[in-house]
Amino acid sequence: MLLIQCPWCGPREESEYSYGGEAHILRPENPEAVSDEEWADYLFMRQNPSGRHQEQWSHSAGCRRWFNVERDTNTFKILSVYRPGDPPPEINDGPA
Amino acid sequence: MKKYSVFSLIRQGLRRDAEWPRAWRNPDPKKTYDVVLVGGGGHGLATAYYLAKEHGITNVAVLEKGWIGTGSVGRNTTIVRSNYLRDETGHLYEKSMQLWQNLSQELNYNLMYSKRGVVSLGHTLQEMRDIARRVNANRLNGIDAELLDTEQVKKLVPMLNASADSRYPVLGASYQRRGGTARHDAVAWGYARAADSLGVDIIQNCEVTGIRQNGRVVGVDTSRGAIDAGRVGVVVAGNSSVLAKMADLRLPIESHPLQALVSEPVKPVLDQVVMSNMVHMYVSQSQKGELVAGAGIDSYNGYGMRGSVSIIQGLMAATVELFPMFSRLRMMRAWAGIVDICPDASPIVGKMPVDGLYFNCGWGTGGFKATPGSGWVFAHTIANDRPHPLNEAFSLDRFTTGHLIDEHGAAAVAH
Repeated sequence: MLLIQCPWCGPREESEYSYGGEAHILRPENPEAVSDEEWADYLFMRQNPSGRHQEQWSHSAGCRRWFNVERDTNTFKILSVYRPGDPPPEINDGPA
Repeated sequence: MKKYSVFSLIRQGLRRDAEWPRAWRNPDPKKTYDVVLVGGGGHGLATAYYLAKEHGITNVAVLEKGWIGTGSVGRNTTIVRSNYLRDETGHLYEKSMQLWQNLSQELNYNLMYSKRGVVSLGHTLQEMRDIARRVNANRLNGIDAELLDTEQVKKLVPMLNASADSRYPVLGASYQRRGGTARHDAVAWGYARAADSLGVDIIQNCEVTGIRQNGRVVGVDTSRGAIDAGRVGVVVAGNSSVLAKMADLRLPIESHPLQALVSEPVKPVLDQVVMSNMVHMYVSQSQKGELVAGAGIDSYNGYGMRGSVSIIQGLMAATVELFPMFSRLRMMRAWAGIVDICPDASPIVGKMPVDGLYFNCGWGTGGFKATPGSGWVFAHTIANDRPHPLNEAFSLDRFTTGHLIDEHGAAAVAH
């Protein structure tokens, strides 16, 4: 079970949260102007990396706010937590 | 290939098992192959076998980074069924189901395919409507399926808690009689032995580190040196996005841990595979007597071969509620495998945008049952450089055209 630091509520166990997938995916500003390939890329294609992953979580059984987490998908170690709109913190935690 | 039979068993037994040959060779990689398959799991080995047997392509290497059978083919819960909703998926899994019927004889390897029946429970009125719809869709596609009411389920699975005051009332179920289980390791070993005897090189401890391109795919870089290949088929459940990145591609896939666990062995208590989508559990009894139970996926992306305890707790709570008599059993082992999930819960089997590159991935939580059919259609796709009608719809570009094949109802939880 992951112990996740909500930026507003502090550390709570994983079962209080909902996972929201890869972070920092921007919806095309003018969907009608993009090609089917670009739309598919926005909608479906994911980095799904083995290693560092920036992802969204919602404290759905708590304050219900969304935030971002950087986590290692091999060790599951949480490297940083940051609020929406904030840039990901610099991490000096060994090789990526 | 030395044929396994009751006579060879007796003869070798009298000689104290001194003369059993290796089931497959352990060759060094050659410099070049017609086809290189990346991934020595069930689907990869099946692909190699059908390439050699159905298409006469025997200059084939299967590259496995560890030992064959140590990935998802050795981590699943061994369930076989074909009761999928959509026409495309129904036909694809049914092809697999038909191959399962005589596969032990064909491979001369006992796969312990047991047609014990798969019972999928319904606990709400809406779920029963969905189950009835799926049963009807299956029957229209020529796939055996039956709709059971509560009394029929009680008779079939007497120890199930189907009483009126249970927490999860059993309103009925779908039932596929040809469904059941098969010995998962034997599937990998049987395909490996049969493919090897047709000339395929199975190369273990050989990790692919790059996909070489020159306008088209020309080979792979591996931990044992570069290997040239006319065509490269990638069949690496739990690593598909990693391999795709080597070819500068992105896939509509997220990798998640999926957990399962087994109990101590007991006398036969459960004849069927019983699953419940609503409460995220399914259970069957192995030939050794262990109860094998599986859960839903962990929600987060993960490549580490483990998941969160809360998932196991939820699974066990549901199992004990539905089978109160299992509450005294001790659980022996829990583990996780990594499943590659597509947004529509259907696989991708076909050509990639790069010439000579083929991917077979995204089988999600239910790839084991599809092993024979998946290998069969993927071999056809590689041999002919175009998909078979059975896997034509499962292309990567369905995510661009919008022709998704939504199988969340049949695939999302119950494997």
